[in-house]
Amino acid sequence: MLKLSKYLLPYKWSIVFTIMFVFLQSLANLYLPTLMSDIVDTGIVNGNIGYILKMGIYMLLITLVAGAFTIIANYLSAQVASRFGRDIRYRMFSHIESFSLSEFDDLGTASLITRSTNDISQVEQVFLMILKLMIMAPLMCIGGIIMAFYSDAKLSLVLVMAIPVIVVTILLIARRGIPLFKQIQKKMDRLNLVLREGLTGIRVVRSFNRVDDELKRFDQANQDMTITSVKVQKIMAAMMPMMMLIMNVSTIAIVWFGGLRISHGAMQVGDLMAFIQYAMQIMFSLMMGAMLFIMIPRGQASSVRINEVLATKPDITDVLAKKTQNVSDIPNRGAIEFKHVTFRYEGAENPAVIDLNFTANPGETTAIIGGTGAGKSTIMNLIPRFYDIEDGEILVDGYNIATMKIESLRQMIGYVPQKSVLFTGTVKDNIRYGKEDATDDEIKQAAKMAEADSFIQDMKDGYDSLLAQGGKNVSGGQKQRLSIARAIVKRPLIYLFDDSFSALDYKTDAKLRKALKSITATSTTIIVAQRISTVIDADKIIVLDEGTIAGIGTHESLMDTCQVYREIVSSQVDKEELA
Amino acid sequence: MSKDSKRGGIRPGGFGHHGSHRGMPKQKAKDFKGTLVRFLGYLKPHRSILVIVFFTAILSTIFSIVAPKMLGMATTKLFEGVMMKIKGVPNASIDFHFIGRILITLLVFYLISSLFMYLMQYLMSGVAQKIVYVLRKQIDEKISRLPLSYFDKRTHGEVLSRAVNDTENISNTLQQGLTTAITSLVTFIGVIVMMLSINVLLTVLLILTIPLSFIGIKWISGKSQAHFIQQQKQIGNLNGHVEEMFTGHQVVKAFGREKQAIEKFETINNTLYHSAWRAQFLSGIMMPLIMFTSNIGYVLISVVGGILVTKRMIEIGDIQAFIQYARQFTQPLTQIANISNLIQSTMASAERVFEVLDEKENIPDRKDVKVLSYPKGHVRFENVSFRYKEEEALIEDMTIEAKAGQSVAIVGPTGAGKTTLVNLLMRFYELRSGHIFIDGIDITDMKRQDLHQLFGMVLQETWLFKGTIRDNIGYGKQGASEEDIIAAAKAANADHFIRTLPDGYDTILNEEGSNISQGQKQLLTIARAILANPAILILDEATSSVDTRTEMHIQQAMNQLMKDRTSFIIAHRLSTIQDADLILVMDKGRVIEQGTHKFLLEKGGFYAELYRSQFSESDSFTELKSI
Repeated sequence: MLKLSKYLLPYKWSIVFTIMFVFLQSLANLYLPTLMSDIVDTGIVNGNIGYILKMGIYMLLITLVAGAFTIIANYLSAQVASRFGRDIRYRMFSHIESFSLSEFDDLGTASLITRSTNDISQVEQVFLMILKLMIMAPLMCIGGIIMAFYSDAKLSLVLVMAIPVIVVTILLIARRGIPLFKQIQKKMDRLNLVLREGLTGIRVVRSFNRVDDELKRFDQANQDMTITSVKVQKIMAAMMPMMMLIMNVSTIAIVWFGGLRISHGAMQVGDLMAFIQYAMQIMFSLMMGAMLFIMIPRGQASSVRINEVLATKPDITDVLAKKTQNVSDIPNRGAIEFKHVTFRYEGAENPAVIDLNFTANPGETTAIIGGTGAGKSTIMNLIPRFYDIEDGEILVDGYNIATMKIESLRQMIGYVPQKSVLFTGTVKDNIRYGKEDATDDEIKQAAKMAEADSFIQDMKDGYDSLLAQGGKNVSGGQKQRLSIARAIVKRPLIYLFDDSFSALDYKTDAKLRKALKSITATSTTIIVAQRISTVIDADKIIVLDEGTIAGIGTHESLMDTCQVYREIVSSQVDKEELA
Repeated sequence: MSKDSKRGGIRPGGFGHHGSHRGMPKQKAKDFKGTLVRFLGYLKPHRSILVIVFFTAILSTIFSIVAPKMLGMATTKLFEGVMMKIKGVPNASIDFHFIGRILITLLVFYLISSLFMYLMQYLMSGVAQKIVYVLRKQIDEKISRLPLSYFDKRTHGEVLSRAVNDTENISNTLQQGLTTAITSLVTFIGVIVMMLSINVLLTVLLILTIPLSFIGIKWISGKSQAHFIQQQKQIGNLNGHVEEMFTGHQVVKAFGREKQAIEKFETINNTLYHSAWRAQFLSGIMMPLIMFTSNIGYVLISVVGGILVTKRMIEIGDIQAFIQYARQFTQPLTQIANISNLIQSTMASAERVFEVLDEKENIPDRKDVKVLSYPKGHVRFENVSFRYKEEEALIEDMTIEAKAGQSVAIVGPTGAGKTTLVNLLMRFYELRSGHIFIDGIDITDMKRQDLHQLFGMVLQETWLFKGTIRDNIGYGKQGASEEDIIAAAKAANADHFIRTLPDGYDTILNEEGSNISQGQKQLLTIARAILANPAILILDEATSSVDTRTEMHIQQAMNQLMKDRTSFIIAHRLSTIQDADLILVMDKGRVIEQGTHKFLLEKGGFYAELYRSQFSESDSFTELKSI
């Protein structure tokens, strides 16, 4: 929480003024009882109506001033808190944008989303509360104590007794309650988990006749949570009555001892009345403080999660500016070479790829084939430097990509991911994502080559049709074709297709690859695929098996030399036809 | 800060949960009255406790309301003594005997009031949590009786939010709202009565200040509402953008569009900021406004009261009592305003819960169920028709037959109704017309439980739960012994890989099941199905999420599983089903061809076309054959 408060620094003056106005406002509010006591002690005792009216007008003025101060303080604190939220949100988002994929794997996409949305709102709200109450509570408390001492120091001994009692009570209750609140949170998560599992596996649960067990499991979690909740609520039930009792008993004590002092002539009745009101103010402010103690842990959890993100340093950054190569320095060809490349995902026991050596040349199509988990997609992720390798070198046109400017490296690449990601917006916008200044003609051209033009034309608004978030309103195959068009419009030197034809039917697949041949004639093309039919025409096929290269060559040569390749082929082609 | 979230601060149940915060526009129940009546039904079993709560609330309030007046009497006595001294009355003294008596009575009153208040909260916490427990339990039980079609239409998140968040919302209201409503109401009335008993003029003056604050609140909340709505909208936009950019991170990076993503974020963020601070500011000045009017009331009492005292129309202690009443007076008013919002949103939650509870359930099992003692696995569909949506026919007049022990493959394009067929067989959905017989018995004549007992399923999504591998396999058969489980794992070719894991059968699968591979997960589900030892087996795209080589490995396990059982295999890779006894080719909800692989190929129809498109379309396939 404290760490985040550095984002308040730019607004320190606003905060200083907020504190000042809150203080003035508390003073004004505290001054009212003093004036009232004057009315009693001077006005009433002497029967001076003129004096009473005069004091009344003063009081009215002070009320107005206090109101104005509060509004100003509110204005400032609302702005500061919102700005604070805005700034952190911005910091967070732009920081996350600099993350490589390994940080995303590490923290989890879903978690990053909640952290940059819910958690920030939570913290923003807590800070707003702090700005308003946290400042007000101590000021009211201190102001109240000062005024109480000022009006009668000896009687303040009652407060000296009462305040510790209140504080201790709050702490005692909080100490028993807060751990239970944390437990409830955990039990709630458990309840959620049980229910979610039951929902996702509903067919399995029913078909195995385990409905009763699931009910029991849920009931256990439900009971568990109920018991803890009841416990907590019963503890919290003591909070308010205890507070009220302490406050009321103090009032009684004030009246009694105050009465004694009045009879000794050491105090006036109006002072006593004012004193009671001060005491109330002080105790209210303490209760407000107690509330904050409950609020802060709430913000605490969120701010820990935010700080975790902000403290995460992106793995992959440009090396020192001096050493980076610019695109202009590199002859634009696009040859890729892997030299003894080994890579391991964060925290993984075994490397995902081990000692890879191969080249992919311009004008050639290089296909990568292998089982699930063999490391195909990993290679595709290493070329645009989504991850940094552990050992070895990846060279593009002879330059190590680790020394290139990331921006210029990625500029050379047209990447089509395994899972087609589309964004909210028109079809045109989505294709244009590949090249910001692409003309309508270029877009149409790219769509045609990606075999997407015809279905786009069939859509209601053609190229201006809106895609829903994640492209929910187009089919899997259409999504893939759009994301291929997005890469084509870029006209890159290097094409990376990561299993990008899987959702296409065989006919479209074949047609698309034929069309691609003409576009990729001069570029380096790497295709990851599962289907033999997709890779069969490649200039070079790389067979991966558990992170290592089991064979490199053309289809014919691999059929002769590579056992793994033959197995893959035979698993897909029925034996009769092969024979 | 809105009043609502302020209360959220002390509302203990709202610890880190959602609740309704920020005084956002509240959701409203569609049928408020009906929902309320039904909701009250849940309170009924606790009515004796609630009656006690009700009385403790009233008593606690009454005792605390009387107190200021008594305190005022003590002050008056003090003042009288002082005045007499000032006037030089002989032997003048303050009547401490009287004051002491009042103070002791007060002490007793305060004690009683606090005690009742504690009792009220204590009792209420039991009731509130129990009611919510019952609601959750009912939802869960309901879920177990709902037909699958219900879940097809909804996301899991939606169901979850009703079962967890909405009930939590209800719990918070019950815990705090109910008692606050009672005490506020009693306080409000009680305070007016007490004030009237002191002085009518002062009371009228104080009541006159109320409309002032109400008009102000109304005006402000009208203004701030617009900003809150705007803020909500912008938060929605912002979250949408964040979600999209983060899920598409790889693509954003690949195309180097980080800068644009940030720019767009900044634009939304700024718009959000502008409505956010206005909303905060406006809702934030409600409290000062209330304070302001209550201060005006304070001034009026001091001045008018002072004058009245000099006129000897009221006592000095009355002013003090009045000041305290004035403070107590505004509080219940704002609280009642809050509560009406709270009740609105609670009823909306309750309605959402009731909606789940009212969903149409599976048709209950018949009373006179028939039992299959020795299932053989003969399956027959007779003129079966089915639709998900009334206006869209999915399966029309289908008749098929699978003899005991046969393997039946179902192929066809996506959306042809393959999985539906299986769902009908399991009676996850009800037929529109026609019958399904297993060993000659109509499945609607069987107990669902008995029916499900006949089947084992291996699906494309491998559903495993968080727990050990042993428990996950053991899920197939209640009370399975260790030997049974290991034997099943062996039969499924899974024993070997399980033993290579660090904890063997005790390895805990994590929530996403990401600590073992997709193929391994599938082997576990096969082991689970083997353990269940069903008469009929259903394999629904069981291998489509693994690569072809792993598939071959799994295929061995599946062949083991399919031995001597009637099995239904749904697959889109035709290579896996060529040995099936019967292949059903489905298109648009109808079986358009059926027969063996060989027969269908020779027939040269839809299947042959499909087969060719998978295997022969590639130009190079001729090459391949020539090798």
